[in-house]
Amino acid sequence: MTSLGELADQVRAKNAGPFWITLDVFFRNARDYEFVTGSGIMSPRAIGRLYQVDPASVKYFELPALHVVKISFPRPVTAGSFEDRDLHAGQQHVPLAAMALPDPSPER
Amino acid sequence: MSARPGIDQGVGIIFPSGMLGGGFTAESIKRGIAMGATAIAIDAGSTDSGPYYLGAGVAKTSDSAVARDLRILLAAARESRIPLIVGSCGTSGTDAGVDQLAAIAERIAAQDRLSFRMARIYSELRPETVITAIDQGRVRALPPSGELSPGTVRSCSHVVALMGHAPIVAALEAGADVVLAGRATDTAMVAAVALMHGMPEGPAWHAAKTVECGGQCTTSPTSGGVFVRIDPAGFTVTPLAAEAACTPVTVAAHMLYENADPFRLLEPSGALDTSRATYTALDERAVRVEGSRFERAPRHTAKLEGARLAGYETVSIVGIRDPHVLASLDTWLALLRHILEDRVRATLDLDAGSYDLALRCYGADAILGPLEDGAGPPREVGLLCKVRAASQELATAVAKTANPLLLHLPLPGMTHLPSFAFATSPPEMERGASYEFVLNHVLELDHGTDLFRVELSEVSND
Repeated sequence: MTSLGELADQVRAKNAGPFWITLDVFFRNARDYEFVTGSGIMSPRAIGRLYQVDPASVKYFELPALHVVKISFPRPVTAGSFEDRDLHAGQQHVPLAAMALPDPSPER
Repeated sequence: MSARPGIDQGVGIIFPSGMLGGGFTAESIKRGIAMGATAIAIDAGSTDSGPYYLGAGVAKTSDSAVARDLRILLAAARESRIPLIVGSCGTSGTDAGVDQLAAIAERIAAQDRLSFRMARIYSELRPETVITAIDQGRVRALPPSGELSPGTVRSCSHVVALMGHAPIVAALEAGADVVLAGRATDTAMVAAVALMHGMPEGPAWHAAKTVECGGQCTTSPTSGGVFVRIDPAGFTVTPLAAEAACTPVTVAAHMLYENADPFRLLEPSGALDTSRATYTALDERAVRVEGSRFERAPRHTAKLEGARLAGYETVSIVGIRDPHVLASLDTWLALLRHILEDRVRATLDLDAGSYDLALRCYGADAILGPLEDGAGPPREVGLLCKVRAASQELATAVAKTANPLLLHLPLPGMTHLPSFAFATSPPEMERGASYEFVLNHVLELDHGTDLFRVELSEVSND
């Protein structure tokens, strides 16, 4: 079984201001991009479940020209607050990267 | 002021680095000057490093790192007679941050015999200004925040408004050679230069967003700065470092960076729309962008930022390596919290609700918390015990109450007293005041220059 992070060129996370987190998934080519976007595994519902946030608050963007999927949602806790675990949200891509792709996934 | 170039030639701007104080070479600036720069613009701030800098009103960068970069930029700008614009002085753009940078600039000018007209643009707001605007119905919440209450505004130690291009244009039109701006959008400095020279808003704001982190839009993000030329039809971006290149992908991808929406960027005067932008490689290193649009808003808005004191923190670090404890870490942590809360109640007369306690297990799940799905016990754990209370003394008193437990707490059923590995003596480290961001709102303005105060002075060392 292949994970999203294994197939993608890069999966990254970062704050988009102190109140939002944004995730970018860069694919190597149109084939990989289309396989994953076509599978629907990164739907707002799936992201909501994965990150324990309200699916209605999840923004999902497809950028076919760049082979990129972008996902943004409000941070469950504000950046730098007492409860915050990751000031820049720079490590929050890991759950997304670990997501399993449906079989059979494209060869790397 | 430099002579205005012909509108068709466009406006060339050097953006030396992602942050003033981050470092770049004098050679890279010379290269940008040789490419025909109309101005040098740089950002000195961000909210990205957290609420402390705005809350405490101190800069993230050291004065010496800032002075080193500023000396190079002042020399280049004065020699070529082009303006230098610094945005978000002092990290958070407070009035003190602007004044601190002005003092550094004056010191360098005296040492290096430089003379120039300097503009300081202040963007800090008194609470009453914001509360009046709330009463007038001119303050709106941005998602995911709710309506702003006067109490929240009053609780902030500092409130700043983000300026767009308008106050910077006003300072340049008043003849400023050096503009030190308080809190500004990352894009305001570059856009101001382009717009005052008559360039259209789409290319101006998109170019400004592209270069706002310096080399981040190149193949070598740590290579330093970029040069951007904005003209009536679009803009062209080139790295300043010879070893770096801009490609259509690196340039287009920067629109994603730290931005929730990949096609739209909200600015005080409207919204940049890049959904129809085209990115073309001109050669191995330069990229041409066309088709950027800007929708002007019916009214200017200024985004507000505010941070308030949230208490005082004391932290301790202890290492756990015993596999028995690591195998039952959750049980051990629950027991630790339970006993600590009892002891704090008994010795300090404090209920669990009147202070905050976070137990972060680095090596286990400190970073992802409930999202962590790592299987099996960790090999070792660094436990960060973080206490926040109403005073430093109280926070440290709670941390000291935790000390014997962090050292010796056995698991239920253990017949011996374990000792864990403190990292330091004493383990308690006082972190001082702790702040939190509380404003995520915009204030509607009649003019883009409202709220922002421009003060001019002559720095003379002839």
